[in-house]
Amino acid sequence: MRNTTKLMLAAVASFGMAAQAQAADVKACFIYVGPIGDFGWSYQHDQGRLELEEALGDKVETAYLESVPEGADAERAIERFARSGCNIIFTTSFGYMDATNKVAAKFPDVKFEHATGYKRETPNVSTYNSKFYQGRYVQGQIAAKMSEAGVAGYIGSFPIPEVVRGINSFMLGAQSVNPDFAVKVVWANTWFDPGKEADAAKALIDQGVDIITQHTDSTAPMQVAAERGIKAFGQASDMINFGPETQLTAIVDDWGPYYIERVQALLDGTYESVDVWHGMADGNVVMAPYANMPDDVKAMAEETEAAITSGELEPFTGPITKQDGSEWLAEGEQADIGTLLGLNFYVAGVDDQLPQ
Amino acid sequence: MSFEMAEAILLTIATAATPLLIAALGELVVERSGVLNLGVEGMMVMGAVTGFAAAQLSGSPWIGVLAAIVAGAVFSMLFAFLTLSLATNQVATGLSLTILGLGLSGMIGESFIGTPGLKLQSWVIPGLSEIPLVGKFLFAQDPIFYISILLTICVWWFIFRTRAGLTLRAVGDSHGSAHALGIRVIRIRYLAVLFGGACAGLAGGQLSLVYTPQWVENMTAGRGWIALALVVFASWLPWRVVAGAYLFGAVTIAQFHAQAQGIAIPSQFLSALPYLATIVVLVLISSNRRMTMRNTPASLGKPFVPER
Repeated sequence: MRNTTKLMLAAVASFGMAAQAQAADVKACFIYVGPIGDFGWSYQHDQGRLELEEALGDKVETAYLESVPEGADAERAIERFARSGCNIIFTTSFGYMDATNKVAAKFPDVKFEHATGYKRETPNVSTYNSKFYQGRYVQGQIAAKMSEAGVAGYIGSFPIPEVVRGINSFMLGAQSVNPDFAVKVVWANTWFDPGKEADAAKALIDQGVDIITQHTDSTAPMQVAAERGIKAFGQASDMINFGPETQLTAIVDDWGPYYIERVQALLDGTYESVDVWHGMADGNVVMAPYANMPDDVKAMAEETEAAITSGELEPFTGPITKQDGSEWLAEGEQADIGTLLGLNFYVAGVDDQLPQ
Repeated sequence: MSFEMAEAILLTIATAATPLLIAALGELVVERSGVLNLGVEGMMVMGAVTGFAAAQLSGSPWIGVLAAIVAGAVFSMLFAFLTLSLATNQVATGLSLTILGLGLSGMIGESFIGTPGLKLQSWVIPGLSEIPLVGKFLFAQDPIFYISILLTICVWWFIFRTRAGLTLRAVGDSHGSAHALGIRVIRIRYLAVLFGGACAGLAGGQLSLVYTPQWVENMTAGRGWIALALVVFASWLPWRVVAGAYLFGAVTIAQFHAQAQGIAIPSQFLSALPYLATIVVLVLISSNRRMTMRNTPASLGKPFVPER
């Protein structure tokens, strides 16, 4: 029995509790939904944590918990961090929303930062998000230029507003170049399952799409696209290694600047709870180098990126028609943030029925 | 549906079903010996990371395959030592093996994240692979697909047509009687667990060397658990494992095609379909008591401590 106990301790230890025991001014703690080795969403948050450590040195101490399931387990994990002396806790997945608010109510002196959510029930809760859809617009334009079939495949995870926003923005970008462009959507119903994501990509390619874009976390779809000799877009991190002749660009999540800014504010005593939605202009949404495309397409992409960064171009600007044919936005009208955050319908042209 | 599409779908299904099939066959032998090893997921992920690492370091995917098999087998010996030599609880030990495997593989694989892997090349048999519809499916596959078919035949032959297989079943059905007859229960169970580990390791290697040639943490994504369910689904019969694995793969792939064609079935329902199918079959099988009793190893999960 003693052996079993030891074994289980070893298992728990290796499961990913990283804490350092030095004295620092601020202890920043992170909760990740996936393993830090997913090379996608959680990996990028952890890169942000490392950037934070690098930038602030001895003044900050960090800790993280990975692969924390959304739901009851999350609440336990967050509370454990709050009790263990964390000054600021970043909960980095949408599904942690209620757990974050619940724990925050119990620990008024600890700062809570919830990524991609919208509930701030107590003054110590902030929410932060990135406008990844800005990058999707650029990708849509590139897809419309590069596709010979005139149809792109889109691998979705779950039909939540974040993902629907991306699909719509991609569609709008594509339509701005080719009004007849079509997008086929399949839902993998998982954020991370390399095998399933690869299967979804194969199914789409067999159905005739010649560009793959994904809103799931692994590099598997990129590899399938490379194998079949078509083009694809990377997700969350730069996946060029997995498709040197395949990746057109990738939307890279860079959380580092935000984490540094927030912890620095806490150190300076200027910290205030916020609700931010940063984008290209703030350096949170970064496009990986444009590759595997002719110069004119590259020039167009760079121009669009610059226009979005400067604020000149906003993807969700009318006239935009909903999928059912009714008008969403009139000429020149811009979508309000509330609608965008809760987006639950497609724009015209998407070849899919949104699961409700 | 066009001909080429059907062909492509068949190929995709085979790739998805192969790791499930191999891991489930290994577990079938383990359970036939009366041991329940819930650590399939852990052994599989260890096979995946070791196979990937060995292929990267040696430059040969075949060395990766061998390393994956060895890793699964070695890892399973930890389970065997605890449950067979020390008679610990099999369920708890199996679960901790899975947790340990997931953590340990993450640690081993850390430096390989973001590195594209080597892919085991397919064996294309000229001529035969040109047969319409089934040609590519049967004669232009990756080597591990052929191994999985061979393995099915061997496992079936071993369990039902050899004396050693009869002994294995005797140990699984009544370890006390087997012991009284002079059969070395513990030794046979060690060998069964070793075989199960090797199979799980190979299944993991298929993931990181064929299915998706890369290493990411937790890349098995629950396939070890599906393999465990398949063994029960198949009521401990090798041919039904094949049917189960392919049914599972087929439903998964078919739902993606249905979605891409815009067929309006809720995708959540389609994703749940394979699991619903498992439950339905379980209900059907267990409603027939005689069938269940005939194939279930009676000593399954019970620790054996020989009286000296």
